[in-house]
This record gives sequence, structure tokens and C-alpha cells, in this order.
Amino acid sequence: MNVRELAHVMALTEFIMPEPEREVSGGYVGDLLSWVMGRAQTGNVWLTIMSNQNVAAVALMAEVSCVVLTEGVRPDEALRQRAEQQNINILGTKLSTFDAAAVLKQLLR
Amino acid sequence: MGIRLYFDFHFHSCLSPCGDEAMTPATIAGMCKLSGLDVAALTDHNTCGNCPAFCQAAEAYGLLAIPGMELCTLEEVHVVCLLPDLDRAMAFQAEVYRRMEGRTNDPAIFGRQLLMDVDDHVVGEETAMLSGATNIGVYEAAALTESFGGVAYPAHIDRESYSLLSNLGLWDPAMGFPLAEVSRRCPPDLLRGRRDLRGVETITGTDAHYLHQIVQAEQAMEVPARSREAVMAWLRRGGR
Repeated sequence: MNVRELAHVMALTEFIMPEPEREVSGGYVGDLLSWVMGRAQTGNVWLTIMSNQNVAAVALMAEVSCVVLTEGVRPDEALRQRAEQQNINILGTKLSTFDAAAVLKQLLR
Repeated sequence: MGIRLYFDFHFHSCLSPCGDEAMTPATIAGMCKLSGLDVAALTDHNTCGNCPAFCQAAEAYGLLAIPGMELCTLEEVHVVCLLPDLDRAMAFQAEVYRRMEGRTNDPAIFGRQLLMDVDDHVVGEETAMLSGATNIGVYEAAALTESFGGVAYPAHIDRESYSLLSNLGLWDPAMGFPLAEVSRRCPPDLLRGRRDLRGVETITGTDAHYLHQIVQAEQAMEVPARSREAVMAWLRRGGR
């Protein structure tokens, strides 16, 4: 499954999606950026409520396929800009992090 | 009668990965002087590396300079730490470096980390990744800073990221902070309704990462002497 297909089946809001063809493999949940940095794997869908610009830097470093902002959180302007510059996919959902992770787990089985 | 000192203890130089490269220690010191400050501190992320240059430049401009650091705790809460002199600032830095995760900075992702001298020369580049958490917990930060003769308080507690209230939810006196910093944009009534913040004094920190963010000095303290000790004692008393 790629990011575009994921966005479609989970009905995600597409905030910034410069690389819709990226393949999705697994997921990671976390809000403390330093924690995510060392643990998220290449291709993961990263679920978080953090919406500041460092999210783009960490997503780039961890090579996640996309960031999904949960709980209805929206990216702030600085994050939008950095995500555009650095080709990071930023999506969103109104689901709680728990529910979003549960749906994702089902989809990626 | 005390001495009135205009102060701001939150500036980032080009050593912070997110700090603008025009923010050289000497330039910040000059801007602080122009903005009407009497006492200022340099507080880069998890490092005091540009404090020697900053202090030397600031003193040449007639400012009282305090070596400092913006520590990122385990919980990603930012804490302003002020140290009594450069020797203890460097010892404090060594302890903080020992407690970082040991990653190397990628300048393309996070930005360069420039070490400068007082004449605006680049003397090196910090390779350790300064952007990120240490394993120093927020309940440990105040006591650790005190053990180096310093004083610590949480930064921009009104902000939605990297702040004590956003990441921990509430103020707990057991953390041992004498006061709190709020950002310039903090609405005056934001913290008034909160039971946990009753009696907690606040000061404002500019948190300037760019030169244009260093603006006219607005807050002053009254202290018995124009010295680092007097300034830090005022902070330890909760801004009194």
C-alpha cells in the first residue's frame, strides 16, 4: 500500500502530500520527538499529535512514509512550509491515536 | 534603594541548530545593548559553547552577561539554566553532553551548529546533535543546575510545544523551580485561572532565534548590586 491509498481507505485529510507513491510499511506512535527519532523505521506511518516544524525534520531523519496527525490536530504554518520544502507527507484524522493505530494495524496485516 | 536592571535571559546563537547564522555571540551582545538591556544570558540548546564569546563581547559593551543553556529534558520540556561563571557553565555542559544520546548532527536536516569567537570568526562546528532530549528528567533539572551553583526554571510554559504545561500538564512545586518563563506572546490572563499556577511568578523570555526578534527591553528587576550573584539570588527568590 502506498500513502495515497492509505489516505483514501482511512479517509485522511491531505495537508501536504508531495510524495503520494511512497510505500507504507508498519507504523509508529509517539509524541516525544527524540524518542521517535531513534525508533521509527523507514516506511512507517507515524501517528502523533505534535504539529510543530521539528516534526518534518524528524520525519525526514527517520524516513517515515508519512505523518498522520491524530485527534483533529492540524499542522502549524511552519510545519507546512518545512514539509513542503523537505517533501514530507502530512496527513490528518479526527480519530484518536489509539483508534487510528488500530485501523492501521488492520490495514497492514 | 536597589539597582534597576533590565533583563532577558533567553537568546539563541548560531550554535543552536535552529538559530539564525547572523546570531553570532558578539552581534547578540550588541543587539542586547541597543535594546536597552542591562543583563542578558545566552541560552543555546543543550550547550554553553558560545557563552565565552558572548560574555566577553557583552562585558565589552558594558552589559552584565550570564552564561546559560536551554536544557531539553527527557520529557522534551525546555528549561532555562543560568550558571554563575564560565567554569561552572562548562562543567555543567560536560554533564549535559554526557547525558545526551550521542547522535551526530545532520546539518542538512537540523541546521549548522557554529562555535564562534568574540570577533565573529567561526572557530568550529559542534558535531553532537544538540537538537533533542537529554536523559535529565524535569524533576532533576533544578537540583542538577543548583549543584553547579546555577538556577533553572521552565521556558515558555504557555507554548504548545517543548513546554512544561504542554508536555506534563501541570505545575508541581516538587520540581523545585523558583519561577517560570512565559513567551512574549503569552496573553496576560492565560495562566491566571489555573489553580496549579497560583503564586507562581513569571518572567518573559524573548527566545530570539533571529536578530529582528531582539526588541526593546521591557522588564526590569531591582537588586542590591549589579552582579551575577544578585541577579541569580533574585531569580531564586521567585523574582523578588
